[in-house]
Amino acid sequence: MTHVSIKELSKTYPGSSEPALDRLSLEIPTGELTALLGPSGCGKTTTMKMIAGLLDPSSGDVLFDDRSVLDDKPEHRGVVMVFQNYLLFPYMSVADNVGFGLKMRKVPKPEIDRRVGEMLELVKLPDLGNRRPSALSGGQQQRVALARALIVQPNVLLLDEPLSNLDAHLRFEMRDLIRGLQQKMGITTIFVTHDQEEAVVLADKVALILDGQLKQYEDADVFYKRPVDEATARFFGGQNFIPGSSNGSVFESALGRLVLPEGAISGAGKLTVRPENIRINGLDKGENSLKAVVSERLFLGTQTRLRLLVGEEKIDAIANPNEVENLSVGDAVNITLPPSSLWVLPT
Amino acid sequence: MVGKESFSVRSFRVVTGVMLITWLVLPLIPLAIWSFAKGWFFPDLLPKRWSMQAWDYALSDTSGVLDSLWLTIGISLTATVLSILVGIPAGRALGMYKFKGKELVELMILAPTIVPGIAVVLGIHSVFISMGLNNTVSGVILVHLIPTLPYMILVMSGIFANYDPSFEDQARSLGASPLKTFWYVTLPAIMPGIIVGGLFAFLVSWSQYILTLLIGGGRVVTLPLLLFNFATSGRNDITGAIGMIYILPGIIILLLTAKHLSGRSGAVGGFGQI
Repeated sequence: MTHVSIKELSKTYPGSSEPALDRLSLEIPTGELTALLGPSGCGKTTTMKMIAGLLDPSSGDVLFDDRSVLDDKPEHRGVVMVFQNYLLFPYMSVADNVGFGLKMRKVPKPEIDRRVGEMLELVKLPDLGNRRPSALSGGQQQRVALARALIVQPNVLLLDEPLSNLDAHLRFEMRDLIRGLQQKMGITTIFVTHDQEEAVVLADKVALILDGQLKQYEDADVFYKRPVDEATARFFGGQNFIPGSSNGSVFESALGRLVLPEGAISGAGKLTVRPENIRINGLDKGENSLKAVVSERLFLGTQTRLRLLVGEEKIDAIANPNEVENLSVGDAVNITLPPSSLWVLPT
Repeated sequence: MVGKESFSVRSFRVVTGVMLITWLVLPLIPLAIWSFAKGWFFPDLLPKRWSMQAWDYALSDTSGVLDSLWLTIGISLTATVLSILVGIPAGRALGMYKFKGKELVELMILAPTIVPGIAVVLGIHSVFISMGLNNTVSGVILVHLIPTLPYMILVMSGIFANYDPSFEDQARSLGASPLKTFWYVTLPAIMPGIIVGGLFAFLVSWSQYILTLLIGGGRVVTLPLLLFNFATSGRNDITGAIGMIYILPGIIILLLTAKHLSGRSGAVGGFGQI
């Protein structure tokens, strides 16, 4: 319902010389679920608070549907932020917590009661209205916090690390709940996380912020296939960065000549290939086949990590344990780097 | 030792209990007896004759005790409310923020508990004269803030040191105005501190003697002043009756708020900072 634009947004905290956030620009389309991804202290939460109006930017602008909201007080922005530690008001019952936003909007009591009931139903906690927040588990508190935010039908929903405090099995349940409700209500949603998995699992698009600056803003899969630089690739678990030069279709390096996919840059650069995309002892000995020697192997349960030597160059690969069962250190293998799995990064 | 207390622990508990009662309650008993006595002379253990005379006098219009009681309640309540109004923002600043000169500010706030009132009140006296505050109830209330504020501010800064202001952000984000945020979110969180700090402030103001005497100039006769007059005039029975009235509010407040004084609420945590 609301298109969010962030324009050159910067924040420098008083007494600090380094900006916490440096000229961030983002366009978040109506109704989309966007992740702000970055390591701790990269300015994600700062960005959220500035969108919510809880913090004034040093410079830049925040626009909702092309209208600057910087002068709007937080309570009038139509933005609700759900904090990482849920912040349920401890002196109120669960129902009063959920109904808080409606009470502030002077909605009549019977209607509040009705909508709180509906909302608790929606987050699958219909019988807990009379409890105190402290009597709930972490997952339940999270759902109450979500219900409390959604009940006011905000134009923009901000979630701070929504899945990070939850157990593995609760994460998927919560993820489905958040995605389901978000799409049903069509609320433009932004969430911050330091966990690339969380970002990929939940978001339509991911904005990676490193050192207070936007690195890349794309659909989640692009970060795996076509990262903009080495730092981005590494953040998403990328390995194998081989220096050399590209002419746009072929990459020359210590590995020899390798065929590149379409769209690769030309000039000096680093070739990257994700370890899980390397094929070992495959039958296709066509394009981009190399001879390698196994120098290390590490069994990790569901996968086996191999370190391979191609001449002097080290390459890390991840393989299915069954497929590399018979390989031991010192064995010679054929490896294939499919062109579609290669990407050239600028140096 | 599981589930059982050793003999020494139990006897220590009994001894401290007895000592507490001895020190706190026993001194009050003669006062109570005096108020009902008609002459009580050595070596009698109890008065020979009993009478309600002292109480009749103390509660009569001529003695001025009731007028003084209402005046004292008014002064102490006003001083308490003012202490709370100053103590909340001051405690928030000291408990939550770091700023230049914070140590100095803390020292200045603590100073009245260290420096005797009589040392500063003479200076205040001359300032108040020039401001026309001498011999007025407002002047007395104002000067009572000197000893009440340190307690209030210390308790509140302890409360705010353990307070998470993100709750306020959350309330604003859910649509609450700053005023409503304070009312629905901040106030319930700091209420234990307000109760404990207010209790201290009330009792400190209630028991002021020197400051009231000098600034009130004898025109503002609070209960301790009246009590002192009778105590020095040798009317032990009337002193006893007024004394009983005088200690009543303290006991009532204490009973009403006892649960907030227990360590669990953390409201008295501010004293850890002294």
